[in-house]
Amino acid sequence: MGLVFGIQYFVPHRVSEQFFQAFLDWSVVIGIFGSLIAYFSFYRAHGMRIKRKAPAWPYSFVAIAMSLAIALFGFIQGRSEGMVFMNMYSYILVPIESTMFSLLAFYIASAAYRAFRARSAQATALLIAAVIVMLGRVPLGESISFWHKIWPTLPTFTDIANWILNVPNMAAKRGMGLGIGLGIMMLSLKIVLGIERSYMGSGD
Amino acid sequence: MIQIDRRIIYLIIALAMILPFFFQMGLPIPITKEVKDIYDYIETLTPDDVVILSADYSPSVEPELSPMFDALFRHCLKNDIKVIAMSLYIEGPGLIAPMIQEAATDYKKVNGVDYAFMPWVIGYSIVVMNMMENINRAFPTDYYGTAISELPIFQNIKNFEDYDLIVSFTGSSAYGLWLTFGHEPYGVTLATGVTAVSAADLYPYIQSGQFLGMLGGLKGAAEYETLIDEKRMATMGMEAQNWAHVIIILFIIIGNIGHIAISRQKKARS
Repeated sequence: MGLVFGIQYFVPHRVSEQFFQAFLDWSVVIGIFGSLIAYFSFYRAHGMRIKRKAPAWPYSFVAIAMSLAIALFGFIQGRSEGMVFMNMYSYILVPIESTMFSLLAFYIASAAYRAFRARSAQATALLIAAVIVMLGRVPLGESISFWHKIWPTLPTFTDIANWILNVPNMAAKRGMGLGIGLGIMMLSLKIVLGIERSYMGSGD
Repeated sequence: MIQIDRRIIYLIIALAMILPFFFQMGLPIPITKEVKDIYDYIETLTPDDVVILSADYSPSVEPELSPMFDALFRHCLKNDIKVIAMSLYIEGPGLIAPMIQEAATDYKKVNGVDYAFMPWVIGYSIVVMNMMENINRAFPTDYYGTAISELPIFQNIKNFEDYDLIVSFTGSSAYGLWLTFGHEPYGVTLATGVTAVSAADLYPYIQSGQFLGMLGGLKGAAEYETLIDEKRMATMGMEAQNWAHVIIILFIIIGNIGHIAISRQKKARS
């Protein structure tokens, strides 16, 4: 299939385009059946946890109950604004996910205080760059760059942060990107040519 | 000095983020080139042009990315540019629906005529590929269940040739799908809005011209709000981010002073 799509990509013929369109239609159908498998797997995994009374099994019960409830309300009432489905989404799911992610701010602050130490020359360089970028990414960084008001040719914290992101950061990212890209190409070729088969569970 | 209780750190961070919402300093927000380039490009578009705004994110990153979507959607409506709002993520449409309705009311725009709101369709890359070939096949109906063949906005929108700009807002690498399956094979113009932690990854793509520009984190959104002169969610949030960054820097400095003091004590003893 890899070779077929490789050829399809470079052959702008009507048959090739019809084949591509058929593939797109089939992919949507396969995706829908894939979601059904995901639901089955979800209920099976949590059902087993409840059956075995595994640690924290009541959470599995809540997960199953909530997933069935939101689906049920969605099917019965629809998903217009003000319906139970949308209220469950807006006032339960959204705040839960946002809260989980926002906890990062607290962990980052605590971790930065405990672990971000100038133990070596490299660590000191990283620390200075991090502080400049943090200042350069907020309006205060521009406001406290007093020297820029006296000598306008000197860069502000924002200018220095932008330089760090656009030059040394980009050089490092580009190097990594090229390495990853070459790795993906090699792995893809190995899969297409049948050399790499571990993704099928063969263990080769 | 290096043994501050973490609960005190959490409390200080919480105060630093909550209080600025009540006491705004109103500091000027400097505009970066990556954001200005997107703004300038949209300013060149005409009412016949089409911008696709794809909210490819989940609620976890909503506080950073929704203000970006809101700002760009408003900018397009303000300039009478046609907008197609969509999401590759299942949670996306629910997040952007209230913003779309509010902005449409503010600018007196009509759904299906001035803008369209598409539902979530399974498939990620398949959706992008389908959209490039034929948008009708990707989305047979809009978010409200109306066949898109019945919507006036789609009279002249068929495939990639009709898209003047696609902007993907994402906290993951979803921008890569638009790059791989949209920009590279079809040459559509792309821009992106990403979380602050992902922003560093995007610079090589901007410099190579694959992305027109980027809105990085809440600051990117605040910059855009400044450009369109509508100071809303992001500008308010920047005050909190301001102080959170300052507090974290202070903690780093305090931690390092303590570390240096202890190292000197150890050296003196030995």
